[in-house]
Amino acid sequence: MQKVMVCLKRVVDFNVRVRVRPDGSGDATDGVKMSINPFDEIGLEEALRIKERGDADEVVVVSIGPSDCQQQLRTGLAMGADRAILVETSETIDPLCSARVFHALIRREQPGLVLMGKQAIDDDNNQTGQMLAALWVRPQATFASELVLSDGTARVTREVDAGLETIDVELPAVVTTDLRLNEPRYVKLPEIMKAKRKPLETIGLGELGVEATAQHKFVNYEPPAPRAKGEQLADVAELIGKLKEKGLL
Amino acid sequence: MGRILIVAEHDGSTLNASTAKCITCAETIDNDGIDVVVFASDGAAVCEQTSALAGVSRVLRIDNAANEHALAAILAPQIAALAGDYSHVFGPSTTFGKDLMPRVAALLGVGQVSDIMEVLDTHRFRRPIYAGNAIATVDAPPDHILIATVRTASYSAAASGGSAEIETRHLDVELPDHTRFVKLDADETGRPDLQSAARVVSGGRALGSSANFELIFGLAEKLGAAVGASRAAVDAGYVPNDLQVGQTGKIIAPDLYFAIGISGAIQHLTGIKDAGTIVAINKDPEAPIFEVADYGLVGDLFQIVPELENALD
Repeated sequence: MQKVMVCLKRVVDFNVRVRVRPDGSGDATDGVKMSINPFDEIGLEEALRIKERGDADEVVVVSIGPSDCQQQLRTGLAMGADRAILVETSETIDPLCSARVFHALIRREQPGLVLMGKQAIDDDNNQTGQMLAALWVRPQATFASELVLSDGTARVTREVDAGLETIDVELPAVVTTDLRLNEPRYVKLPEIMKAKRKPLETIGLGELGVEATAQHKFVNYEPPAPRAKGEQLADVAELIGKLKEKGLL
Repeated sequence: MGRILIVAEHDGSTLNASTAKCITCAETIDNDGIDVVVFASDGAAVCEQTSALAGVSRVLRIDNAANEHALAAILAPQIAALAGDYSHVFGPSTTFGKDLMPRVAALLGVGQVSDIMEVLDTHRFRRPIYAGNAIATVDAPPDHILIATVRTASYSAAASGGSAEIETRHLDVELPDHTRFVKLDADETGRPDLQSAARVVSGGRALGSSANFELIFGLAEKLGAAVGASRAAVDAGYVPNDLQVGQTGKIIAPDLYFAIGISGAIQHLTGIKDAGTIVAINKDPEAPIFEVADYGLVGDLFQIVPELENALD
């Protein structure tokens, strides 16, 4: 296949503990560390391995958002992607709009495979890949823990509640990644330098003919209700007693 | 008001408990009726079970050889074809519903509300974001059909005692053949299912190895409990990913939960915060897990767990 497209979302780093603003207007994320959504990073790693095996010629990373997203695309280039595209917008973008943007990029780029994380760790929506596959009228394989390409088909092992499901999807297709698909590589300094010279194209959202929409409005944010702190027990005997008292044993 | 459609999750013979939880959620919305649709190659048994749930107005039986396995690309266009009669279409926030419902939403050109944990109004919901660090209130446009997944841990299962009419439907929808089921390697351990078990014993990184994790399996067997694990234990390779409890794994609400050698990262706590009683065993008295545990034991798990197992004899 010629090309693999990988969608990267800029999110609050997974090590940052996000807190809600006291007035409920949003999350206090100003100035915190931002990173590539970890599931998307796994998608990029998989794309790079596909290329290194000789099953693809080019890996293109794409993102949607403000110009700050260039940082995450540069990281993607440093990991080994060949080229980057940022669809720049300062508007709030929902998963359906993201899917429309990626669909517009697909029409331009004609990738044989699109990879992205199963969910972003900020809004936890778990929607964009499935929506993209629907708009593209192509197969989807979500929650992938193994991906084997052969002859126009991808055999994907999916992490489902009942165990591991295997499906065959004809390419092109959208595959969303789960944690165990691979372990992304670390970026080395020379690659960061090299990445600065790799092409990063910026396109305005309007140029793609996609309107920024967010059908759903987030009207309030609050911290989760805390669980009451329980008691420290002295030993196993006391624990057994307490659980029997509650009728749990 | 409108009618609500729920997409049944099942394995071909047995209805998954997640469906009964979606019904409980749907009942908190003003509605003109709650229908459940069963897609199968032969849906007789599953439709009978669905019809017996209280709160169901009608069961739609859609038999088709192509529906033998729940493939999103096959089911989504059929659901989209039914959707015109409904104000809301719900699926469970299990891997089945998460895979399927966004594809339905996109076919209908609307957004999706993921992981409803509370209904505030017909088009206003609460849902967790940032791995449960924040609860957002979401408004959806009332003039669009509402597609959503229901966070099953937030709802109890609808009771039995219903006798809804079962209506067989034939849908004239073109189905793709670009996606094919190959196999399902089910967890054949004989242990209860992690997602629905009344008791769960989970182990963390402190177990130290795959071999030591046998301690967790042993205690679980004694308790008739399902086995879970923290993301750290999964990442370390002690157990497979399908045992992972937490925001990026399974979100569960057992009556009794044991967190053994689990420090209590927020993403794990998100997965268990609706558990009935939480017991934590950890050598670090400062571990965050003790902040949410009903009962805590500070000490060496390699001592406490065997002791606990003996005491259960």
